[in-house]
Amino acid sequence: MNHLTEPRVLDSTFNASLDSLVPAVPPQVAALAFEHVSCTFSHCADDDGYTAVDNASLSVAPGEFVSVVGPTGCGKSTLLNMAAGLLFPSSGRVLSFGEEVKDINRHATYLFQGEALMPWRRAIDNVSAGLQFAGVPKQEAAERAQAWLARVGLSGHGDKFPHQLSGGMRKRVALAQALILDPPLILMDEPFSALDIQTRQLMESELLDIWQADRKSVLFITHDLDEAIALSDRVVVLSAGPGTRPIAEFEIGLPRPREVAEIRNTERFVALHTQIWDVLRDEVLKGYEQSKR
Amino acid sequence: MNKANAEPISPAAAVSRAKAERVTRKKRDLMLLWRLLLLVAVLGLWQGLVSLGMLPVFFFGDPGPVFAQVWHWFQSGEIWPHLWATLIETVLSFVVGTVLAVVFGLLLSLNDFLARLLDPFIKAANAMPRVIFAPIFALWFGLGIWSKVALGTTLVFFIVFFNVFQGVREVSPVVLANVRMLRASRKQLLRHVYLPSAASWVFSSLHNAVGMAFVGAVVGEYLGSARGIGYLILQAEGTFDINAVIAGIVVLTVFALLIDVLVTRIERRLLIWQPTKSTSEKARVET
Repeated sequence: MNHLTEPRVLDSTFNASLDSLVPAVPPQVAALAFEHVSCTFSHCADDDGYTAVDNASLSVAPGEFVSVVGPTGCGKSTLLNMAAGLLFPSSGRVLSFGEEVKDINRHATYLFQGEALMPWRRAIDNVSAGLQFAGVPKQEAAERAQAWLARVGLSGHGDKFPHQLSGGMRKRVALAQALILDPPLILMDEPFSALDIQTRQLMESELLDIWQADRKSVLFITHDLDEAIALSDRVVVLSAGPGTRPIAEFEIGLPRPREVAEIRNTERFVALHTQIWDVLRDEVLKGYEQSKR
Repeated sequence: MNKANAEPISPAAAVSRAKAERVTRKKRDLMLLWRLLLLVAVLGLWQGLVSLGMLPVFFFGDPGPVFAQVWHWFQSGEIWPHLWATLIETVLSFVVGTVLAVVFGLLLSLNDFLARLLDPFIKAANAMPRVIFAPIFALWFGLGIWSKVALGTTLVFFIVFFNVFQGVREVSPVVLANVRMLRASRKQLLRHVYLPSAASWVFSSLHNAVGMAFVGAVVGEYLGSARGIGYLILQAEGTFDINAVIAGIVVLTVFALLIDVLVTRIERRLLIWQPTKSTSEKARVET
């Protein structure tokens, strides 16, 4: 594939408006930076392997909310797993706050797509797990977990086991479990994709509220363009796999705080949606063609 | 916040649930009655056939003297040391077998080299009819309880071992990755993910494992001992006292049933975090 002729769409009109909203950030080390990262899986020694990510470069500034959208199965999760340190690039490097990610990324926390709670622990014990592993005294860990449960609106449900909670409640427990460690970087892999649309919008606005309180860096992966625009500062479009890489990025620049349910009707949102969908559509079609083969 | 799926059960639903419970209780009582009738019918048939002379008493016993024998054992207190011996052997077999199996299961499931190295040997050992070892164990450990514990342990070990192995292998990769992201050390992973996951599989095999421990104890006693229900049966056989043999079997059966009820209770308490069929159905209805 020819790397040079890939379109790189950077929208200048929205860039300008963003500058007026966010004070100029002093040059800082990126919360997360992919530098020419490729990732190849080989199942046996003699094949060439499957290249999930090919020469991808992408960075997330401190305090920035970046969404990555792309066709299904294009390697979005691979990208996130490399950021988390659960998977390592075949070439290139991943840096987090200036340090190369060589083991579990200590600056990051991860909200998974699937069910990630320990089913044998009550909700509150799931939330306090990270503190417990870090050696925080039991009493203090329990108090902080209780506070986080209240923050995600589950004060009365601490004693329940995951199977006794609804899907949306489990996601909230997972959110509290991840955020209690107070990491500067949050990685999210389509965390709300399994939820129904109402619960999903609720969770999105809760997430924004929590994020607004102490702006962490977020890398949010989704296949839902609406969700990406509504939540993010910047949306990155990935090409269809195999060998995915960012092909376009858009500054969103919608004013914050945002109301997730209402923002979708604003003119700017619609314009952005059309613009990004123009790029994304081709990739989705390509991805579809490949999956049919 | 907190709008989704947290409504309490409505009064109407509570009423219908209570009604449903009443109906199931009624059904259960009726079934109990049918079961008692079946038991009485079988005993009656036995008694009838023996009384009419269609079954020789010498080979098939007589229900009357059988229950008289059971009554005598309990009334004179003769049976207690034997029951106690069998119980101790069962419990020890279960505990020793389970502990060994958990240790080996964790070791092998987390170490691919060991697992592949030992795979054929474990399969071979499991395929062996282990009852054959009873005389060897009697030679090694004497005729006391330890030879029975050894036999029971070999029976329990493989059931629990395969369950632990499976349990560790089937830990959800998402849960595992999540706990790693929560900065759990390797030791903490073992303690907080692998062990609980393996434990749920061990508990689910509890009935089988306890049953096997019991079989090991009784067969061991039967093949050579000075105490235990197996010994009682062996003694009775030696004097061709078929009624006492059957009485021994009756006592064994009741004892095994009691142990099974106890295990069910323990299991229910330990596996409280697992969705039972009824609660997961309830959750689905309520959401």
